[in-house]
Amino acid sequence: MELVHVTAGYPGKTVFQDLCLQLPDAGAVALMGPSGFGKTTLLRLIGGLLRPESGEITGIQGKKISFLFQEDRLLPWATAEKNVALVSDEDKARYWLSRMEIENAAQYPAQMSGGMQRRVALARAMAFGGDILILDEPFKGLDEALRERIAGRIRDVFPLTILSVHDKAEAELMGAAIIQLDQ
Amino acid sequence: MKIFAIKPLRCLIVALFWLGIWYLAAYRINLPLILPGPVDTVKALIRLAQTLDFWKSTGYTLVRVIVGFSVAVILGAALGALCHFFALAEIFLSPLRTIIKATPVTSFIMLVLLWVAKGQVPAFISFLMVLPIVWTGMQGALSATDRNLLEMGAAYRFSFWKKLRWIYWPSVRPHFMASSMTGLGFAWKSGIAAEVIALPAFGVGSNLYNTKIYLEREELFAWTLTVILLSMALEMLLKKAVGRVRGGKA
Repeated sequence: MELVHVTAGYPGKTVFQDLCLQLPDAGAVALMGPSGFGKTTLLRLIGGLLRPESGEITGIQGKKISFLFQEDRLLPWATAEKNVALVSDEDKARYWLSRMEIENAAQYPAQMSGGMQRRVALARAMAFGGDILILDEPFKGLDEALRERIAGRIRDVFPLTILSVHDKAEAELMGAAIIQLDQ
Repeated sequence: MKIFAIKPLRCLIVALFWLGIWYLAAYRINLPLILPGPVDTVKALIRLAQTLDFWKSTGYTLVRVIVGFSVAVILGAALGALCHFFALAEIFLSPLRTIIKATPVTSFIMLVLLWVAKGQVPAFISFLMVLPIVWTGMQGALSATDRNLLEMGAAYRFSFWKKLRWIYWPSVRPHFMASSMTGLGFAWKSGIAAEVIALPAFGVGSNLYNTKIYLEREELFAWTLTVILLSMALEMLLKKAVGRVRGGKA
């Protein structure tokens, strides 16, 4: 997968100018860097949610990409189980919710803690399946013990996982090679 | 004031309070031609309810209002969606909405009287008054749909129907409900105003007009009370109907 001379951003704000970056086709890659350096923008570009103004991204055509957003983006009017089942089926939803240690899947997001909501969002991304898993700050709101358990269950499930993290330990939990975004 | 925490009791107390004010005002004025009291009004209503003409007039008005309102809600929702999703539709159709909103209802009534049979005028007027309300409400609600959820739906390849059922409808429902409720009030008011001017053979508005001619103030109040009760009943039915087709917990 390669980003070739990509310029991208949002109206009135260019985030990347002529960016060139090569990523492996398999394994796990973690993007690290201070806030505001464009980790989320880069993930959105790779995920096809943001189109580059110029340049191109190769190696993602025809691939099914599962995306965990920085915000949980759960449907407030659907139960945890329904939120996950909407992108897969009920069996897969139940499986991944139990893997994410969600005991009461009949709860609505507002009835859950921030950490639980994060795990439901993770369950949804896992249940969707595909070729590439993109995780934007996947462990946000999870305590250390839970991070370790969850990371063990989501790593190596997809052929390629690309994630953004704030600290090195999270990348190590996922066995990911680190790409430092600092220039 | 614990007593006000119980809703039915609160409603009863408030209703009795205002009935009391009405009664006292009528008693003080002591001129039924100017202000009939609640007792005289109820007596007049009972008297009217014993005639076939009352039920036929109420039935016709009810049908006209429901037809005008229903068509306006369906078309208003469709136009709101059309203008939200297609910029060109908004460019071409928004002047029409502005004109309908700005034109006085009486101008419409006079104009529509030339186009359709007078029995159909009230339904048409109700339709015209409700249309821009629902249209604007629907368009505004669609614009306010959470962009993050829509992007989530796109990322997880939601079909059009799944998006409609699980993202748009639950987001739009409260706004749609509010604009429909507002519209329902307008449908009654404008429909009956149209009946007063068009004077169809049967209709609450035609009877209201007659009460003016024959100075029957008790009947005027009785017909008005009928409209208020029907409007409240229809509003309750609408709330229940929308509640039944709601999306999930929303």
